[in-house]
Amino acid sequence: MSSSGAYRLAQGGQLDRSRSLSFTFNGRLLSGHAGDTLASALLANGISVVARSFKYHRPRGIFSAGFEEPNALLRVEINGAAVPLVRATMQPLVEGMVVTSENCFPSVDFDLARIFDHAHALLPAGFYNKTFKWPGWHTYESAIRRMAGLGTLPTGEDKTAFFRHNLRCDVLVVGAGIAGLSAALEASRAGARVTLIEQDAELGGRALCERTPIDGRSSQSWIGEVVGELKASSQVTILRRTLVAGYYDHNVLTALDLSDNEHPTGPVQRFWTIRATEVILATGAIEQPLMFAHNDRPGIMLAGAVRAYLHRYGVAAGRRAVVATNNDDAYRTAFDLHDAGVEVAAIVDARERVTAEVEEEAKRRGLKVLRSSMVVDTRGTTTLRAVAVHAISSDGFRLRDNGVWISCDTLAVSSGWNPTVHLYSQAGGRVRYDTSLACIVPDSCRQRVRIVGAANAEFAALSAIASGARAGREAACSPRESQPVPRGASSEYRTATNGIQPIRRAPQTRSARQWVDLLHDVTASDIELAARENYAAVEHLKRYTTNGMAVDQGKTSNLNALSVLSEVTGRDIGALGTTTYRPQFMPVTFGAISGDARGDLYAPPRHMPAHQWHVTHAAQLDDYGGWKRPACYLRAGENRDVAINREVKAVRSALGLFEGSPLGKIEVRGRDAARFLHRIYLNNVTSLQPGKVRYGLMLNENGIVIDDGVFACLSPEHYLVSTTSGNAERIAGWLDEWHQCEWPELDLVLMPVTSQWAVLTLAGASARALLQQFPSDIDFSAAAFPHMSFREGRIGGRRARVQRVSFTGELSYEISVPADEAEELWQELMQRGAQFGITPIGLEAWLILRLEKGFLHVGSDTDGTTNPLDLGFGPMIQKKVGDFVGRRSLMRAHDQATSRRQFVGLEVLTTGSSLVAGAHIITSPAPMKRSEGFVTSAGFSPTLGRFIGLGLLEGGHARIDETVTVFDEGRTVQARIVKPAFFDPSGERMNG
Amino acid sequence: MLQIHCPYCGMRDEEEYRFGGESHVTRPTLEASDVAWADYLFNRINPKGIAFERWLHSYGCGRWFNVARDTVTHEILAVYPMGAAKPQLSKVESAQTREPVSRAMRSVGEGLS
Repeated sequence: MSSSGAYRLAQGGQLDRSRSLSFTFNGRLLSGHAGDTLASALLANGISVVARSFKYHRPRGIFSAGFEEPNALLRVEINGAAVPLVRATMQPLVEGMVVTSENCFPSVDFDLARIFDHAHALLPAGFYNKTFKWPGWHTYESAIRRMAGLGTLPTGEDKTAFFRHNLRCDVLVVGAGIAGLSAALEASRAGARVTLIEQDAELGGRALCERTPIDGRSSQSWIGEVVGELKASSQVTILRRTLVAGYYDHNVLTALDLSDNEHPTGPVQRFWTIRATEVILATGAIEQPLMFAHNDRPGIMLAGAVRAYLHRYGVAAGRRAVVATNNDDAYRTAFDLHDAGVEVAAIVDARERVTAEVEEEAKRRGLKVLRSSMVVDTRGTTTLRAVAVHAISSDGFRLRDNGVWISCDTLAVSSGWNPTVHLYSQAGGRVRYDTSLACIVPDSCRQRVRIVGAANAEFAALSAIASGARAGREAACSPRESQPVPRGASSEYRTATNGIQPIRRAPQTRSARQWVDLLHDVTASDIELAARENYAAVEHLKRYTTNGMAVDQGKTSNLNALSVLSEVTGRDIGALGTTTYRPQFMPVTFGAISGDARGDLYAPPRHMPAHQWHVTHAAQLDDYGGWKRPACYLRAGENRDVAINREVKAVRSALGLFEGSPLGKIEVRGRDAARFLHRIYLNNVTSLQPGKVRYGLMLNENGIVIDDGVFACLSPEHYLVSTTSGNAERIAGWLDEWHQCEWPELDLVLMPVTSQWAVLTLAGASARALLQQFPSDIDFSAAAFPHMSFREGRIGGRRARVQRVSFTGELSYEISVPADEAEELWQELMQRGAQFGITPIGLEAWLILRLEKGFLHVGSDTDGTTNPLDLGFGPMIQKKVGDFVGRRSLMRAHDQATSRRQFVGLEVLTTGSSLVAGAHIITSPAPMKRSEGFVTSAGFSPTLGRFIGLGLLEGGHARIDETVTVFDEGRTVQARIVKPAFFDPSGERMNG
Repeated sequence: MLQIHCPYCGMRDEEEYRFGGESHVTRPTLEASDVAWADYLFNRINPKGIAFERWLHSYGCGRWFNVARDTVTHEILAVYPMGAAKPQLSKVESAQTREPVSRAMRSVGEGLS
C-alpha cells in the first residue's frame, strides 16, 4: 500500500512518486503525488462521495477522468484564493490545497436536503413552472433561486492576474492526442507555422491513459519522439493546459490558458485569441454512459476513466469491479483491471455477439462474460454495493428472466465513444447522427477546418495517425483560395466503433429513476414526461427538462437524451437533430476575457484640463457622460443643496466661472463647409456672417432632435460647430458619415477638436468688466462684441476663441484656450475676478440656471419621439431654405399633429411642494387616470424661490395657464403650465 | 469574429470596425411621397445571402467603405469604396445563396411600385 492512499497501486502511472503533496478534503488531511489530479488523489484515498447532486442532493462520486465530469465539481482553495465548481478531474494536485464539497449541509456524507430525493415524485421536469404560479412566481423566486444555486461565490478581491494574448499561425491544431500530434508534425515538416493547443498538462491525449501499443512500440515512446521533434522546431508553438472554448467566423478561435494557474506567486490566467489560416480539430471523443435504475451511485464510472486512473495515475477505482457495455472497447477496462490485480466480477454485455478476439482474450483471463445482459439496478448509498443483472431481449427493450445481484464496489460503464464535435459545430459545421457508427459525426463546414482522429470517428490508433498526418500536410500546403468552399469531413479513416450495438437504456424492473443528466438531475422519466407534454423537439426538450443545460453542457447526457426521446417518439435519432453547440465549450473565467480591461482601464475616467484646480478646491466630482466634473464646490459647513443654491445666486448677483471643456467642438473647413452644414442643421447656415454665432438643432432622418448647440462662422470657408458634451464623439461621427457616404462631392474637412480646446465660461453681469482687465486685442465692449458673436484673439497673452453665448441667461462669454493653458487662465480669472465676487460654479448649479431660463437640454427634455415642431421650432423651419436632414419627415401629417407631446414649462402652485423629473402629468379629474405627458427637468429655483420644471405634454402649446395634476409615486401636486422661460424672458440680461 | 480587409489599411479584426447598415440606399428628395420616404427610412432588403453594406474603420483610418458579405456564411465577398457600383459576384455566388437575394430584391421592388 502506498502512502498516497489505499487504492494506489504499487506501481504504474505517470507520477512522481518521490514527491508527496498533502491537501485537505472537507477537513480531512490527505496526500497524493506530483502528477495527480485532484480526482485521482481522492480516488487513491478511497473517497467515494465527493458531491451532492443539484436537485435531489444525492451522493455522487467521480464519474470521469476529463472535462466531461458531471459530478466532481468542487470548491478549491489555493493560497487563500477560492474558486467554486472546479472539475476535480482537470485540477492538478497542489500542496496545501483546501478542497470542499458544494451543495450539501451539514456534510457531503449526510445532507439534510436529501429530503428532495425522497420527495422526487413531487418534483418532475418543469415542476416549478407548473407549481409556483399562485399568486405569482415572484413570491417564490428568491427562495428558489437561493436553493437552485450551485457553488458558493468567493468574496473579496480576485487575486488572479489576467492577460490577453493574440496569436496568428498558418495551421492551428486543437488537441494533442496522437491524431493532433501527427497533424502538427506533418504540417511543421511541410514548413507551416504551427500552433498546437492541448487542454491537458501533458501531450498525448487518450494514449496517456491506455497501454495499447502504437505502431509496434509503446505509446509513450511514440509520443516522446513526436513531441521531441515538435519542440525542436522553431516553427511550432505548443500551448498546454489551454482550452479552446470558442470557434468563431473567419477561423478566429479563443482559448483559456491555465498553465500558470497554480503559479507559486499567485494564479495567472491567459486568454488567447488565435487567427489561423487553417484549423485542424483533433478534439477526441467522449465516452457515453448507459442508462439503468440508480445509475448515479458513487462507484459508477465511465469505463475509459477507470483505465485512465489505472494507467496514468496508478489508482484502482475499486476492489471488485463489474464492466457494463454495449461495445468491445470497454473489455479493455476488464482486461487492464484484471492484469493489474483488481478483481473483475463480470463483464455485462448488452449484445448477443462479441468480436472473436475480444472473446478469446476474456476467456484467456478466465473472465465471466454475460451476453445479452444489462445492469438494470444498483444498491448502495455512499458506496456501490451490488448491481442487478438481467438477460434482455435482442432488441434491448424487454427483460427475459429473473436477474442476479452481483456484489461490487465499482461499475465501469460504456455506451461507446461520441466524437467531440462542439468546436466543429461552433465553426458552422454541420453534424449528423451516424446509425452504423452509433454516434454523432461531423459532416461538412464552410470554414477552413479539418477534423481528424476520434473527433471524426477514427477510433483506431493507426487510422487516427494517418488521418492526422494527411490533414497536416494538406493544411500546410493549402492554397490560399480566394474564398473558402464547403469542405466535407473525410470518412476514409472512420472505423466502426468496436462492434457497438446502440442499446443504451436498460428495460425497467420497477419504476425507478434512470439518470440521463447527472449534473442537472434529469431522469429518463423526465424526458418521457416532456415528450408526453409535447416538448418533443430537441430544443424544447432541453429547455423543459434542463437536460444538457448545466455547466457540463450535457457532454455525457445529450446523446442519451436523444436516445430516450427517439425511443418515446419512435423517430430515428438522426431525424431528431441535435441542439446547437455554442461557445463556450467549457466555462471561461470572465476575468480572463476582460483581461486588463477592469475598473479605470475598462472605462478610463476623463478629466477636464483644469481638473487639478477643481480637486484642490473641494469640488464634488461626479460622473457626467464619462467625464469627472464638479457637481458643486463645497464650502465649510455646506451640504450639496446649500452649495448649489449659493452658486446659482452668485451667477445671478455677481459672477460665476464654469469649466465646460467637454463641450463638443468640431471644425468644418472647405469651400462647401456652409453648404454641408446647411443640409445638416434645421437652421439657415449660409446666411450667417463671419464673426456671428447661431443656435442650431440637428435631427436624424426621422425628424427626431438628436443634438443642439451653436455654430460660429469664422470665415466663409471655416465654421466651428458646438455639440452637447455627451454627444461630442457621436456627432463628429454623424457628420463624417453624411459627408463620406451621402455627399462625398462636397469639398470640406471635418476636424473634431473637443479635447484640444478647454472652455472656461464666465457668466454674470461683471463678466465684461473682468475680461476688460486683461490685456487683449479683442474689444469686449457691448457695441463691438454683441451677444451671439465670435472673436478670435489673445487674452493675457494666450491664444483664445471667445463666443458670446449664454446658457444661463446672464451676460456670458465662452473662452476657449489650448487645453494645457486652461488651469493658468482659470487661476488668473479667479484672482482678477475676486474684486467682482467671482465664484466657481459646478454643473448642478449650471443646469438650474438653464432651467430658470427654460433652455432646452437635448436628451433630458427630449426623447426618441421629440421633433422640432414639438419644441416650438415651426416658425424657424418655415424660414429655412432647402432640404436638411429630417426635413421630409416633418412634412408627414403625424409629425405636424398638435396633439403630440409638446415642450412646456411647469410652475408648482402649492408653496413648498416639490417637483421631480419623471413625474407624470395626469388627466384630472377623471375616473380613469391617464398620463398625458411627463416632467423632463425639475428643480428648486433659488432665484424664484419655488420649484419649477420643464416637460412634454400632449397638446401642450395650446394649454398655457392650464392647471394640471402632477403625479409622482403616489403623491400629487398641482402645477400651472407656462411658457418655458421663467427668468428674464425678454433676455435683457444676456443681451446687455 | 469577422476579419475585414479595409481598402485603406489592410486586414483588420471586426472590433476595429463599425457596421453601418445596408449600402446603396438612395436618399429621396423633399418631393418624395410618404410611402417612398418611409421605404427609404425603414425598409431594408435584409437578405439571406449576399448583403451589400457599409462599414466604418472607426478604430483605424476613419474611412467608410462598402462590403459584400454573405449573411449565411459570413464570407466577405468583396470590399469596394463608397460611391462605387455593386460588384458582379456571379463567379463566387452559389445557386443556394443567390436565390434568396434576388427574391428579397424583387419583393422590395414590388413594394415600391
